[in-house]
Amino acid sequence: MIDALGAPQSLLLLGGTSDIALAIARRYAAVRTLRVVLAARPTPRRSAAAAELAELGCTVEEVDLEARDAFSREAAIEQAFAGGDIDVAVVAFGLLGDAEQAWTDPALVSELAEVNYVAPVHLGVLLSNKMKAQSHGRIVALSSVAGERVRRSNFVYGSTKAGMDAFYLGLGEALRGTGVQVLVVRPGFVKSKMTDGLPAAPLAVTPQEVAEATVAGVKEKREIIWVPAPMRVVMSGLRHVPRPLFRRLPI
Amino acid sequence: MTDDFPYQETKITPSMPEAQPMVPLHGWGRASSTSAHLTQIESISGAVSALRSAAQSGRGVVPRGLGRSYGDAAQNAGGTALDLTKLNRVLSVDAESEPPTVQVQAGVSLDSLMRTLLPFGLWVPVLPGTRQVTVGGAIAADVHGKNHHTEGSFGNHVASLDLLRADGEIQTLRPEGDTADLFWATIGGMGLTGVVLGATIVLQRTESAYFLVDTERCTDIDDLMARMSEGDDGYTYSVAWFDAVSRGKHMGRAVLTRGNKARLQDLTPKLRRDPLQFVAPSLGTIPEIFPNRMVNRATAKAFSTAWYYKAPKYRVGELQNITSFFHPLDIVAEWNRIYGPHGFLQYQFVVPFSEDETFRRCFELIVNSGHVSCLNVLKRFGPGNAAPLSFPMQGWTLTVDLPIEEGLDSLCNTLDELVVAAGGRVYLAKDSRLSASTFRQMYPRLDDFLAVRRKVDPDGLFNSDLARRLQLH
Ligand SMILES: Cc1cc2nc3c(=O)[nH]c(=O)nc-3n(C[C@H](O)[C@H](O)[C@H](O)COP(=O)(O)OP(=O)(O)OC[C@H]3O[C@@H](n4cnc5c(N)ncnc54)[C@H](O)[C@@H]3O)c2cc1C
Repeated sequence: MIDALGAPQSLLLLGGTSDIALAIARRYAAVRTLRVVLAARPTPRRSAAAAELAELGCTVEEVDLEARDAFSREAAIEQAFAGGDIDVAVVAFGLLGDAEQAWTDPALVSELAEVNYVAPVHLGVLLSNKMKAQSHGRIVALSSVAGERVRRSNFVYGSTKAGMDAFYLGLGEALRGTGVQVLVVRPGFVKSKMTDGLPAAPLAVTPQEVAEATVAGVKEKREIIWVPAPMRVVMSGLRHVPRPLFRRLPI
Repeated sequence: MTDDFPYQETKITPSMPEAQPMVPLHGWGRASSTSAHLTQIESISGAVSALRSAAQSGRGVVPRGLGRSYGDAAQNAGGTALDLTKLNRVLSVDAESEPPTVQVQAGVSLDSLMRTLLPFGLWVPVLPGTRQVTVGGAIAADVHGKNHHTEGSFGNHVASLDLLRADGEIQTLRPEGDTADLFWATIGGMGLTGVVLGATIVLQRTESAYFLVDTERCTDIDDLMARMSEGDDGYTYSVAWFDAVSRGKHMGRAVLTRGNKARLQDLTPKLRRDPLQFVAPSLGTIPEIFPNRMVNRATAKAFSTAWYYKAPKYRVGELQNITSFFHPLDIVAEWNRIYGPHGFLQYQFVVPFSEDETFRRCFELIVNSGHVSCLNVLKRFGPGNAAPLSFPMQGWTLTVDLPIEEGLDSLCNTLDELVVAAGGRVYLAKDSRLSASTFRQMYPRLDDFLAVRRKVDPDGLFNSDLARRLQLH
């Protein structure tokens, strides 16, 4: 159960080795002992993450999740909830891909669509069915400002995030009154393993900053947050820039 | 509309038809509310069939009284909550027997029970800080009053109780004999052994509904603890309010009130005409309009100073009625709304007398934390009882009300650590945030409780948000 101070006692990380997901787990572990279910591919990175969280006092379960595989997604959710209620579930995986290759390579575009859109919405439905039965719980969807106004420079990625973002906002509406809530997190450029080697954009944030904002958002029952918060204003401006001008912006 | 109307086939039907609507439920602290199917229980047979149908749902059942526990004890997300407040009859009063007893249904409030008993010159032996609790809730939390050091907790005064068990059987339990284990697991068992349907309570006799009260102001925490340690045994009732905001030389200044039941000869001639009159004024209900942070450093400081100086420096033998001595908070209904929508939590702990240093450290931590509390109560407990989850144990107990704000988690965590290290514990009826592992350290007899619970409810039909949080399975 999420306690009176907003801290969960069980946390499911889908994409359990992502930097942001782990930063969220560390923040919660600092205030409360909790059960963490790490759903990810069985890699040394997952084992290392599990060991680190156990060191922080968490009870850790490792669950295999191959985001491209619908059966694996279903099995992962079943396994995660078999151990008891899940208070907070974070949908944290995603694939950036090479932007130019993505719109020219049919295989890569399908893969991005599968991992960044199909898998998250499939999991969103699986999660919300389980949580509706519990009548409590929070689903955190890690979206991106890239989906808010899609840019030429990475429009395939942006389009997948736009789709999943819209889905989770809608899911939050559909779940009103059920006791289950959805938080959509829209970070700007995050310095993480996913963006290693890319030049950092203005207003870049760290996974720790995203985690901090997410934990606060869950506590305050927010439906959507931008990280950093001023990104909201920037994006609302960008949304209304006419196409010819937008095209020429150096972003 | 005809039968072959095409839309008949494709009409959307809700996927999960629900018998009862889901109702959001919260504790007195108004934080972490969840929804459950709330079923009104109006009869014993109603309770049995409600239990049976709830068994299908898979999320279990929790009994619920007047919802005066502060946290998630009477909530059950996605499952059923049985509202027992309509099962509220006083069945019989035996005023002649020695000691006198009363047989009640579990949903009766201590308020109406007292009103019924006073004309007989009978008195409920244990009263918590509000009369708006049910007998079932008083049993399930094993509540204590200002007289714990002389009378023990509520469970000590229950002669027998009727428990509706998970298997649908109703069993009468007594504190001794073959049913003793289940009896004591039910006392303080937070509704997790079954539904208490009724009980027989052992009463005391009284000549009046008044108290002879001595009030003293204490200059600081040391002065207070010294006076309590020395003088408490001369009084049936004793409690202190202390200032948890002021630092420096006023730190821990307190008002100590102690008293005994007034006898007829203690009353003024005017009061002697109606010595058993129940005085329960009401100033109405607090509306739901308060913002968060209404209780802040400035308001708390003003309140604390006023409360301290309002009390006489030293006064003996003042006659007070039930409400002013026992239940000043009951004058205003729903006062918890002043904390605003974020709600608040109450932290009550006890540590053994030998750990008075820890006690002082906890106290200083709270005062210096920057979190403000107005309702601060300090008391000395007498020995505990045989109930494995009962809270009271011989020692110092302290209660603070803390509005929910940033950083409160780390304050409470630090307090938990100190309390555990001192061999003390936190009160479940007030708790809304303990973790399962800390809880286990605080209640060394937890396994005794769980053994009884697993025997009487092997499938865990009785369940609550608190049970899930503390892993009481
Ligand atoms: C202003 C205030 C002052 C207080 N002061 C004190 C005090 O001085 N001392 C003290 O000890 N407590 C105190 N309390 C706490 C209160 O006495 C307990 O929380 C009590 O349990 C509340 O009873 P309730 O009927 O409201 O029960 P609820 O809050 O509805 O339920 C509490 C627990 O009892 C269980 N329960 C309720 N009815 C039954 C039943 N029929 N069968 C089985 N289980 C049942 C529930 O499942 C739940 O676990 C105070 C509370 C308030 C609001």
